[in-house]
Amino acid sequence: MPFIPHTEPDIAAMLASIGAKNIDALFDEIPAVLRSGKLSAVPEGMNEMQVSRLMHERAAQDVPLLNFIGAGAYEHHIPAAVWEIATRGEFYTAYTPYQAEASQGTLQVLYEYQTMIASLTGMDASNASLYDGASALAEAILMAVRAHKNSRRVLLPATVSPLYRSVARSIVKLQNIELVEIPFNAATGTTDLRALEQHAGSDIAALVIPQPNFFGALEDVDALTAWAHAQGALSIGLVNPLTLAVLKAPGNWGSPLPNPLPQGEGANESLRESNIRGADIAVGDGQPLGAPLSSGGPYFGFMCCKQALVRQMPGRIIGRTVDLDGKPGFTLTLQAREQHIRRAKATSNICSNQGLMVTAATIHMALLGVDGLRRVAAASHANTQALTVQASSIQGVKRLFSAPHFHEVVLHLPKSSAAVLASMAEQGVSGGFDLQPHYPQLGNAILVCATETKTNEDLQRYVAALRHAL
Amino acid sequence: MLIFERSHPGRRNAAQAPNYTATVSGIPAALLRTDQPLLPEASEMDVVRHYTGLSQKNFSIDTHFYPLGSCTMKYNPRACNTLAMLPQFLARHPLAPDSTGQGVLACLHGLQEILKDVTGMAGVSLMPMAGAQGEFAGIAMIRAYHDARGDTARTEIIVPDAAHGTNPATAVMCGYTVKEIPTDANGDVDLDALRAATGPQTAGLMLTNPSTLGVFEKQIQAIQKIIHDAGGLLYYDGANLNAILGKVKPGDMGFDVIHMNLHKTFSTPHGGGGPGAGAVGVAQRLMPFLPLPVVAKEPPSPPPSPTGRGNSHGVGGEGSYRYLTEKDLPQSIGHLSAFSGNIGVLLRAYVYARMLGAEGMHRVAEFATLNANYLMAELHKAGFTVAFPQRRASHEFIVSMKPLKDATGISAMDVAKRLLDKGYHPPTTYFPMLVPECLLIEPTETESKETLDAFVAALKEIRDEAYATPELMKGAPHTMPVRRLDDVKAARELDLTWKPATNTRAA
Repeated sequence: MPFIPHTEPDIAAMLASIGAKNIDALFDEIPAVLRSGKLSAVPEGMNEMQVSRLMHERAAQDVPLLNFIGAGAYEHHIPAAVWEIATRGEFYTAYTPYQAEASQGTLQVLYEYQTMIASLTGMDASNASLYDGASALAEAILMAVRAHKNSRRVLLPATVSPLYRSVARSIVKLQNIELVEIPFNAATGTTDLRALEQHAGSDIAALVIPQPNFFGALEDVDALTAWAHAQGALSIGLVNPLTLAVLKAPGNWGSPLPNPLPQGEGANESLRESNIRGADIAVGDGQPLGAPLSSGGPYFGFMCCKQALVRQMPGRIIGRTVDLDGKPGFTLTLQAREQHIRRAKATSNICSNQGLMVTAATIHMALLGVDGLRRVAAASHANTQALTVQASSIQGVKRLFSAPHFHEVVLHLPKSSAAVLASMAEQGVSGGFDLQPHYPQLGNAILVCATETKTNEDLQRYVAALRHAL
Repeated sequence: MLIFERSHPGRRNAAQAPNYTATVSGIPAALLRTDQPLLPEASEMDVVRHYTGLSQKNFSIDTHFYPLGSCTMKYNPRACNTLAMLPQFLARHPLAPDSTGQGVLACLHGLQEILKDVTGMAGVSLMPMAGAQGEFAGIAMIRAYHDARGDTARTEIIVPDAAHGTNPATAVMCGYTVKEIPTDANGDVDLDALRAATGPQTAGLMLTNPSTLGVFEKQIQAIQKIIHDAGGLLYYDGANLNAILGKVKPGDMGFDVIHMNLHKTFSTPHGGGGPGAGAVGVAQRLMPFLPLPVVAKEPPSPPPSPTGRGNSHGVGGEGSYRYLTEKDLPQSIGHLSAFSGNIGVLLRAYVYARMLGAEGMHRVAEFATLNANYLMAELHKAGFTVAFPQRRASHEFIVSMKPLKDATGISAMDVAKRLLDKGYHPPTTYFPMLVPECLLIEPTETESKETLDAFVAALKEIRDEAYATPELMKGAPHTMPVRRLDDVKAARELDLTWKPATNTRAA
């Protein structure tokens, strides 16, 4: 019997101890009329060799294309050690660290993760992860409404991923929270500050600020954050954690920096001591930090915040404390926020999170370090810039928006974007994400990303496929 | 020692990052980072040793018996991991065309069909990323159903007091108020209280069956009639589906919507807290509201398979698969993840289901129940206080340590901590809250009789120690990397991130 160790003598001895004549008798409290349990659609069992054959055949059906799609999921090299270590049985088959003494491994990993991601985002605190970036955005909106107390309106720019906006809507609409869409400037591809100004003074719980935004364009995060705070609203930064190796951290968004800042250790502290408030909450998807693309998951959502908001945060939080002997150790903390304690009054219904993905991300960040992450981000950016230049040399292909962009770009095509992408796919190239269905006003626009995984030859292959498709 | 304390300025892993040193161009200085994030500078070997060492501080299914009630910590077959991590599965971008993912989509569709069959539901969506998100999807569908009929006066969800905390928390997230009802002395729902609580304001009832008390709710037919007669819908919390897999179908019990914890019943790894997968199943009337996307099989035009041929396992040549969108399901409650849920977890569940097959599914509930009833009988004979000795155990059962505490002062928590010294992960403690000093014990079907016997022996030893050396018990555990931790200090003096200036040493 697969995965069941019982021998016939075991079964007989166990039934004798129970005083049951057979295993079926153990179900005698279940009304007989309900005990059908006949399975007609479940195939016969397979042994490991057979199922291995099946899965290899299925995998071979997934046609690999040279990928130039980003749009929220990014193809990066993952060091071999990341998943070798993360799938060790001790990490892979443990559960939520309810018994802290027997879970110091997982707990310390999560504490190290909280430190790393809070530092990347420039925030004070982090939870131990949420499901994915989109659901993390929804949780951030709920959190901001809880914290603000007086408003249930949240401004959500159209430059936030349409996939994320759709998820946020699904999750928050049942609590009577109003999401107001803010249009973008058709020339720059960034949030339209004049459109935003129409909402000035009105009751706003929070403004969501994507950086880079869905188009890869860089928002004026300082002005947007300062604007939100001037309205008494919270600022929610929605960021790609990899880009934070290069781009300003949400915790430092706000009014312009007064003086050049010292480099190296302690620099972050000096920023904090300046008069910049920064974003109040930072969320996003941790996928670029060690999660394979995997058709969409599992990834993980991260959520960081300023100290004042820690008790409004959903999800598991790990704290460092001491044991009976005064020795440092780690434990789940602030559990009074959570569903297993507070039930209907909890900050969220979330129970399990994406612990294994966070374990991988922590190892990934430790292996790459700041220098490695910077190289990955910078190389991805350089590749996308190079691709933009090369593609724009084709008649009728042009970069659509004027704002500076980071490692992703919108190209405008002279022909149907769907047809061009289909033709490129036939040539083995995944040419980008079709923006047409989500932003019809942009015409034949596609979102393109060339990460550090792409060589010069890959870029040339892209341009050749695009040329052929046109 | 923390990874940050292993950091050595200037140390880099040249093999792990691109050989690209140019600075970023084309970006205004005001948008660039000027401070240094706190990441370690460590060699690959430092990092591998550090995290391998940390892993060794964990209890896990692979290293210890882990009878954590309500969590179904059964063996996670290694083949599921290996086969879900085949390179083609890992490499595929979520927004690549469906035509390039016929292999993965065939697996997902196969899993949907298997889950429909074992639950007796009309439709399944695999998309929720955890049990709690499955609950959200389920209650959101109940609300969408009532709203679509203009039946908007239903504002309450009924939840038994034995329910998981996620149930009331979910109802609130879906905009409902929660009405809690009590449990009777046999561990069943108090029917009179249920009748009194039910009315035109009732949107639905959330029920776990078998309940968190480890008994099958015998009055389920009466319960479903009370709720349905009042116009409410019945929600099945699938946390305990392992107890009835292949034996009873929630659809046959009259449930309208169900979530399944695939990381429990379908043996995907718990990963130190996730990722899980919380697929939802629905009866016919809730089909239009399923969360997106759902995988559909289209009969015509064979998939563009590079091998170009079918085979004995039914791969290829007989239809193509695609994700259904808003256009197909305009009344859907929508998307709950940016892409398509935790696909890698779903692949593991699919491999597990195919290895078990129909016969193996029946055996899951049979042997999970055999193990639980055997362990309960042995502990009962050994003089431990079983919460419901007059009842059959489902796949789990409760032992109360209240008599021991009254006699010796040793609590369920002390027993749990001492179990760690004996090499066992403790059962769930202090849940459900209805039973004082409780241990909720779930052995699962993958444990052998010898393991269960040794566990009984360990608990007997611990009971003896409670009388003989209570101070040993109060100080337990003694053999773990740390002793009992100061949770009050952890919450009062929050230390959630390491700070280089103020800390020089750690565990």
